[in-house]
Amino acid sequence: RKAKAGQFIMVTPTEHGERIPLTMADFSPEKGTITIAALEVGKTTRELGTLKAGDKLFSLVGPLGLPTHLHKYGNVVSIGGGIGLALMYPVVRSFKQSGNHTINIVGARNEKLLMYESEIKSVSDEFFVCTDDGTKGHKGFVSDILKDLIAKGNKIDLVYAVGPIIMMKVIANITKAHNIKTIVSLNPIMVDGTGMCGSCRVIIKGETKFGCVDGPEFDGHEVDFENLTARNKRYMPEEQIALRRWQGAK
Amino acid sequence: MADEVKKEPRKIVPKKYPMPEQDPKERTKNFNEVPIGQDAQTAILEAQRCLQCKRGPNRKLCMDGCPVEIEIPAFIKQVQEGNFEEAIKIIRQKQNLPAVCGRVCPYENQCEGNCVVGKKNEPVGIGRLERFLADWERKEMKKGKIEVPPSTGKKVAVVGGGPAGLTVAGDLARLGHKVSVFEALQYCGGVLIYGIPEFRLPKEIVKAEVDYISRMGVDIKNDFVVGKLDTVDELLQEHDVVFVATGAGLPDWTGLVGENLNGIMSANEYLTRVNLMKAFKFPEYDTPIRVGERVVTIGGGNVAMDCARTSLRLGCKESVILYRRSDAELPARREEIHHAKDEGVRFELLAAPLEFIGDECGNVKQVKAIRMQLGEPDASGRRRPIKIPGSEFLIDAQTVLIAIGQSPNPLVPMTTPDLKTTKEGTIAVDEEGRTSKKAVWAGGDIASGAATVILAMGDGKRAAKSMHKYLLGDKSWPSPEVFEKLSCEM
Repeated sequence: RKAKAGQFIMVTPTEHGERIPLTMADFSPEKGTITIAALEVGKTTRELGTLKAGDKLFSLVGPLGLPTHLHKYGNVVSIGGGIGLALMYPVVRSFKQSGNHTINIVGARNEKLLMYESEIKSVSDEFFVCTDDGTKGHKGFVSDILKDLIAKGNKIDLVYAVGPIIMMKVIANITKAHNIKTIVSLNPIMVDGTGMCGSCRVIIKGETKFGCVDGPEFDGHEVDFENLTARNKRYMPEEQIALRRWQGAK
Repeated sequence: MADEVKKEPRKIVPKKYPMPEQDPKERTKNFNEVPIGQDAQTAILEAQRCLQCKRGPNRKLCMDGCPVEIEIPAFIKQVQEGNFEEAIKIIRQKQNLPAVCGRVCPYENQCEGNCVVGKKNEPVGIGRLERFLADWERKEMKKGKIEVPPSTGKKVAVVGGGPAGLTVAGDLARLGHKVSVFEALQYCGGVLIYGIPEFRLPKEIVKAEVDYISRMGVDIKNDFVVGKLDTVDELLQEHDVVFVATGAGLPDWTGLVGENLNGIMSANEYLTRVNLMKAFKFPEYDTPIRVGERVVTIGGGNVAMDCARTSLRLGCKESVILYRRSDAELPARREEIHHAKDEGVRFELLAAPLEFIGDECGNVKQVKAIRMQLGEPDASGRRRPIKIPGSEFLIDAQTVLIAIGQSPNPLVPMTTPDLKTTKEGTIAVDEEGRTSKKAVWAGGDIASGAATVILAMGDGKRAAKSMHKYLLGDKSWPSPEVFEKLSCEM
């Protein structure tokens, strides 16, 4: 009912569960539903994967974070990678509704991991697909297509990127050289998601910001990606323990 | 039993009857409560230390020190006679969270501070008696719906399920109003559930207290972030009045170089992971936590003590408190400081951090600090710490916890434009808790800045009275100038 493009929710699958942030891939105020998309990367997301229609989540909070700043920018290039495509869909739909010329680039490791392809295509003025292994579209990275667009002299007023940190970092580096305004949607580790703990703190232009309340979207040229990468690795051993234990119990 | 007491000449028992505690060596290995609580016989003996003073013109009574105005002599009289059910009923008339207050109130400055027996001896253990009764009630009394008066048809929205919000909810439900509590987290309790550790306040007790309030007919809506879902204005469309009690949940930071290194956490993140998410039971619970061999906690309040003591229980080899003033100025309760010292927390006093030093992977490895000396008293009356030049030193630390304070939660003020705030970001309220917005009250830390659980409850009490008066038809409201003045004064 209140959800806007760019916002997220926090989900706890069971009473013993952890709170994880997930993006809303779609929402319908009329039906009172939201659609969330999760990639199975560890214990909690795999557990979510075992839920069936009709099952209940222990807790779901949201919408959280600031919505995407919508405006008629002109030519907007939006780039999504992997699970980032889920968040990208409502964002590009809103860009389109705001009267922008939308150029959308979607990428994934392989064809099977491409999500929301037809949905995103339906709100695209120009549309490009790429996969790391070449099973669909261009073989290579989303950044190749962006470089190509820039090289061909396309006028770009805004670049929007959501996906793995490394992808957002590469995109931001490319656009910085050409002085193109770039928005990225960050994915730091969160606990409460409402601004009371600072687990999700990120460095933006040398200042500490909270991903959950000041973001998740920030100016890509101001983000300290090295710090974000290091901070996101801080519980890797524990994540492995939780996953192995869960798999052992099954 | 009362008769026997009257017959014998009154002899004051100088000390409180002991409250058994877990041994310090044992208790740092578990998260169980440190004080074990009194048995019924000891509670009766403790109650008999009470002289049943009457109010006199120049005599302050224990109950004058209680922010929620419990009829203390009256309930103690019932305990003296072994009537526990009657005693807890008297407490419940005023107090919505007795099991909590009987544990975490700073009684020494409140009820027990006013106790006449305490002038020459130890005061009557009012706190432990309240705790005993609440625990007795939880174990012995039947669970079921709690009778409240017939509905008044008035609807109340409470924003925030912490101590202030739960107090308002309890008080107004008891008067027959229909109350809904909107809580952002998955459980109500606020700092009681995510902040104060299990070994001081077991979470099962908080849940039981919240359950008591919902059994009075209060509708509790968890996972509801006011300002992101409905705003205060939207709540006002469906409710007659709103009480805002969103607390001071925003952690303060040192702003020093290296603060975003891995291993450095706000006290809020650390305590939320451990208490709310039960990371101390990882991997039985999914939320992880990690402490290194040495944990350095920065700050000297109750939150810092909670962090330092939690770290011991999570298995660190050494837990150090770094505080810029001396022992005498530590803002934590004495009891907490003693507990921390008994358990082996090391106090590095008169020292302040300068910088956090990390390794090549981005993990913190050392805190660079400097020795301090105390200068002239500052505006708060405490002596100002001054750096001693050239006294820099390094402490190894794999975990650093920042416990230097919290600020008011900005979400409700941000999404309610006509709610006046002070420079500190608190909501401006008059002496009844009324805000600049008609039909909206505020209380607890969002109105006073970070304070104590019992003061938040006192605020709730005061606001509930004012809200009740308004709901019954007295719609008078202070003029806007009052709040203009309040918002610049503070």
